[in-house]
Amino acid sequence: MSEPVLKVENLVKYFPVRSGLLHKIVAHVKAVDKVSFDVQKGEIFGLIGESGSGKSTVAKTIVQIYNPTSGMIYFKGQNLSKLTKQTIGRFRREVQMVFQDPKSSLNPRRSVMSILEDPLIIHGIGKSRVERKRIIHTLLGQVEMPSRYMYKYPSALSGGERQRIAIARALAVNPSFLVLDEPTSALDVSVQAKLINLFLRLKKELALSYLFITHNLSLVRTIAARAGVMYLGKIYELGTMEMLFSHPVHPYTKTLIAATPVVSKEEERVKPREMSKEGEIPSPVNPPSGCAFHPRCSIAESRCSQELPSPVKVGPGHLVWCHRAEELAVRAEELVVLE
Amino acid sequence: MEEKAILDIRDLHVWFRVYEGVSRVLDGVSLYVRGGEHVGLVGETGCGKTVAMKTAMGILRSPPALFPQGQVLLAGRDVLKAAPIELLRMKGKTISMIFQDPLSALNPVFTVGQQIFDVIRFGHRWIRDDGALTKTKVRGIAMEALTSVQLPDPRRILSLYPLELSGGMRQRVLIAMALVNRPRFLIADEPGSALDVTIQAQILSLLKSLVKEAGIAVLLITHDLGVVRETVERVYIMYAGRVVEEGQTVEIFDDPKHPYTQGLLSSVPRLTGEALAEGIPGTLSDYTEAPSGCRFHPRCPQAMEKCAQQKPPMVKVSTKQHVACYLYHGGGG
Repeated sequence: MSEPVLKVENLVKYFPVRSGLLHKIVAHVKAVDKVSFDVQKGEIFGLIGESGSGKSTVAKTIVQIYNPTSGMIYFKGQNLSKLTKQTIGRFRREVQMVFQDPKSSLNPRRSVMSILEDPLIIHGIGKSRVERKRIIHTLLGQVEMPSRYMYKYPSALSGGERQRIAIARALAVNPSFLVLDEPTSALDVSVQAKLINLFLRLKKELALSYLFITHNLSLVRTIAARAGVMYLGKIYELGTMEMLFSHPVHPYTKTLIAATPVVSKEEERVKPREMSKEGEIPSPVNPPSGCAFHPRCSIAESRCSQELPSPVKVGPGHLVWCHRAEELAVRAEELVVLE
Repeated sequence: MEEKAILDIRDLHVWFRVYEGVSRVLDGVSLYVRGGEHVGLVGETGCGKTVAMKTAMGILRSPPALFPQGQVLLAGRDVLKAAPIELLRMKGKTISMIFQDPLSALNPVFTVGQQIFDVIRFGHRWIRDDGALTKTKVRGIAMEALTSVQLPDPRRILSLYPLELSGGMRQRVLIAMALVNRPRFLIADEPGSALDVTIQAQILSLLKSLVKEAGIAVLLITHDLGVVRETVERVYIMYAGRVVEEGQTVEIFDDPKHPYTQGLLSSVPRLTGEALAEGIPGTLSDYTEAPSGCRFHPRCPQAMEKCAQQKPPMVKVSTKQHVACYLYHGGGG
């Protein structure tokens, strides 16, 4: 296998919980707890999970908004913790992020022109204003917006258009990797479809790789090549789309797929039998011992609450962190045969 | 109307006065919900679903809304002509509502108990004639309501503030409050869409079983096609202030007729992983200068000359499916 573009190894990010007069650290939110995955060149890798699973923290740690508590992130073979003031600029040009809510990620008091000009000025792209304007013109073209939008303000744009501007801003510095954190979840489906197709076109035209973070399983199934399923700061299942959706093994993955509302009979057939209906997501400050999913899991055994499951390989590139992975994997195969 | 409708909206027009002029938001919406029936109202942001619902509840602010034209019959009475006191009575005994965001629907400075007690007392003024309402009785009814939504330890929950509850628990409290006065009709505006899928699935199945048990009619308002398909029997698709298609859920999802419904459905990403369609071309036009004729025609891939000239009336395409589109005129279906 070729060298991955992005490689995350045992990434840990704890946030201190402070309390009292002296703001003493009383506990830690284990937002991300030993997460490992990699993204190949030209690939879309998905991170799926419900709120509080730590997927956005992974994203923000990768783009260096947060410093990891421990663990390594390699981008094109370079260790990000070794970045110096000189090299971090180069990294920031290569990796850009698009956030969920374009309303709050775009400054309402600045025109599209000025929003898009900023990254160009910061990174010294385009020496004169005329040249920058020409680049912005191209950028707007890339996100399929007319050039006259340059003079508009975010408030005059619709949600989909705003997100296009946010994408253009990310593309301004010619990145090779985009971290997309729920980029379409604030939008209507018909607008989402257009943006998703734009993402796919841009990936091809500009040879990009994406880390795509979402809670929408159908969406990840549609666009990603591989994905990791996160729950309370950990990845519990990782594999190709085919593996995850046709042969899901972890009870949490199955629960998620089963809970996803679908619009056709064909989709209903791929849904696993419902695994767990009970329970809510526990607090990441004090996650359950052992496998964090065990209080909601219908097939949990006593060891599930005591020991952390280690990864089990159940297929090519298909990893599952579950004590009962092997027997479940066998059953999953059988189920498919029966269908 | 075949059976007695609990909500019957006939040719409702609602206009808003805005800076640019008059915004014709609802343009002849007709829909009905029969007693005990579960109906969905689906549309994307800005299609007028919330305005329609607020008008039906009699809580539309006017101004900015200009006086609504048409009829909104709630259990046989016209909401638009009812006196405020009469509206209040209807809300007490006939209709109830669940909102999308449980945190903003609950008052953060009162405990869950205080808020449920209020609802029970309010309902008592209008409906319950079973003698004086003692404090213990109110408490008993509240506890019963919380138990019915499967909240553990209802006694403790009564003394908690909304912020101390999780999102799923708050939504359960709202459901308990909405159903505590035994309404005949419930409007659910995006219930559970602020929640995670696993919790949403729990809330929806709970809601489904409770309303079924009590025979309550439901109008589910949502933009989530999957939720609609799994929750209701009949569905209305709205676009730009008009109902464009109506029919049994199964038929509409298996065989959508209106080009808008088709575009909308093909925009939904599938669990089976097919490539996504391009979405619907163009954007929703401004209501102040809404397109002539069929409001969808500028975005419609199959638009004809006629579409720009005249508003297409609803036609029957099968026994239970109606569509407002000229493609199905004359052909019959």
